[in-house]
Amino acid sequence: MSERILFNLLQVVVVMAFAPLVSGVLARLKEMVQSKRGPSIFQPYRDLWKLFHKDEIVSEDSSWIFRFTPYVVFVAPIFVALLIPVLTSYPLFFAFMGDMLGGGFVLALGGFFATLAAVDTANPYGPIGASRTRMVGFLAEPVFMIVFFTVSFVAGSTIPYIVQQKWVTPLANFFAPSHVLLVLAFLMLILAEGGRIPVDNPTGHFELAMIDESKSLEYSGRGFALMKWGGQMKFFVLLCIFLNVLVTPWGLAGEQHLGAVLLAIPLVLLKLFCFVLVLVLIESSLAKLRLFRIAEFLGAAFVTSVAALIAQVFVA
Amino acid sequence: MSDATTQLIENLNALATGLFLLTAFGIVATRQARGCLHLFIAQSLLLAASAALLGLHFDSGHLYGVALVNVISKPIIVPWLLRRIAPAEIYTRREIDQVLNIPTALIIALALAIGAYFLGVPLANAVGPGYHGPNVPIGIAGLALGAFTLAVRREAMPLLIGLLAMENGAFLAGISIARDLPILVELAIATDGLIIVFIVGVLVRAVEQHVGTTAVGELASLKEVPAKRLAEEAAP
Repeated sequence: MSERILFNLLQVVVVMAFAPLVSGVLARLKEMVQSKRGPSIFQPYRDLWKLFHKDEIVSEDSSWIFRFTPYVVFVAPIFVALLIPVLTSYPLFFAFMGDMLGGGFVLALGGFFATLAAVDTANPYGPIGASRTRMVGFLAEPVFMIVFFTVSFVAGSTIPYIVQQKWVTPLANFFAPSHVLLVLAFLMLILAEGGRIPVDNPTGHFELAMIDESKSLEYSGRGFALMKWGGQMKFFVLLCIFLNVLVTPWGLAGEQHLGAVLLAIPLVLLKLFCFVLVLVLIESSLAKLRLFRIAEFLGAAFVTSVAALIAQVFVA
Repeated sequence: MSDATTQLIENLNALATGLFLLTAFGIVATRQARGCLHLFIAQSLLLAASAALLGLHFDSGHLYGVALVNVISKPIIVPWLLRRIAPAEIYTRREIDQVLNIPTALIIALALAIGAYFLGVPLANAVGPGYHGPNVPIGIAGLALGAFTLAVRREAMPLLIGLLAMENGAFLAGISIARDLPILVELAIATDGLIIVFIVGVLVRAVEQHVGTTAVGELASLKEVPAKRLAEEAAP
């Protein structure tokens, strides 16, 4: 029992420790594709360190929401990390506290507060970004729902630990049309929710074109560090759900001792690195979509997820 | 064949049909004529893959023949013919008109695909207990989506591709129902498709030469010249 609690906390530590690294590697690889050297992969850590030591300025016209939001944004992914398989393939202590839907709602709570905080200040760019994020969010919502419905339809459960076993036992299930189409739909969702390139440009500095970034424009110092770190952890957690639950449930610890769990850390990081390579390929080869094309992009994701559902019905 | 292999083949076939359905949606919604053509090529390759996998499953030489004919005729000859016959201007244009906007068209397409299920299941049951798998319902969905493409597109090239996609859908359903058709029939169907491409291609070229555009959706009304102007032209 105490071991399971320990492993669960270890998952949280891994998410907190390696989320900035994934962002750093992603940024570095993107620069390398563009024939630039790029910042060190440890730059996000330095940024966080610097921000934590800076003064924080809070507008006196803002309400409690503005001050409260960084903590929600920071804590939401940590909660989700307790629910999902980050390192182990067997359920841990808190695993049955909530299913994938629950995890989705907790992540959405962080997004909701970030939106409120962006509207809270009088910064003109905040509400633009907030309303755009909501637009992307409500277009992504049906895709999320259909993906979860299909998953629960196939696996008979929405607990991620049960779902991940379903796709690979027997191995032929890996090639089931519902699985492959779900993976495609979820990949598009990650691009939209993570603010990656066909939907949003994470490295853009032009306020009028920002979607995700403009919500944290008003933050400084510790608050900004928490927002940033929270965003990186949210991305890490989404990747973990994608890779460990939906795509490749391999490389996770199957046995209940510390050595196996510690060994799982490099394996999971290797998997993440492979996926980051794919992401770099996507980001470097596509252009950012115009705002009203995002509806079409997510419409395509929706159609893909429904096609997964239809294929599953047809096969059964 | 062991159980695991059979299941793997069935799943791969199901995957090919699932992706086939996705390409059918893509043909409805893509903006560029070139993208439309590429999706059609992918669709034909998936059809050939499905035929080959079913051939492996049922140990039927005819289905390998179908796969071969498909690989040669659709992904290779059809694009070549279109490049030769249709005006090159179609490929360079970036956006093409649609009657409905893309999200609406996609939602209707989804409804059609779900409706195909209710048509496909009785049909698949009528085939007999030996049949199972997604080929029949997804083939019918492909047929319906091809017909829908014909309804929403206003440009000659995607219209032709919609027609060919309908044929692909019918083929996908056909290979799982009638597995032992003589190869002659398959060849005849494949040639049919090519002749359709040829004729429509020539037609498109003629339309383009006469009207100056291939957006056939805009040719809905006759261009009548008022009688008064005719009289003016007659007596200068």
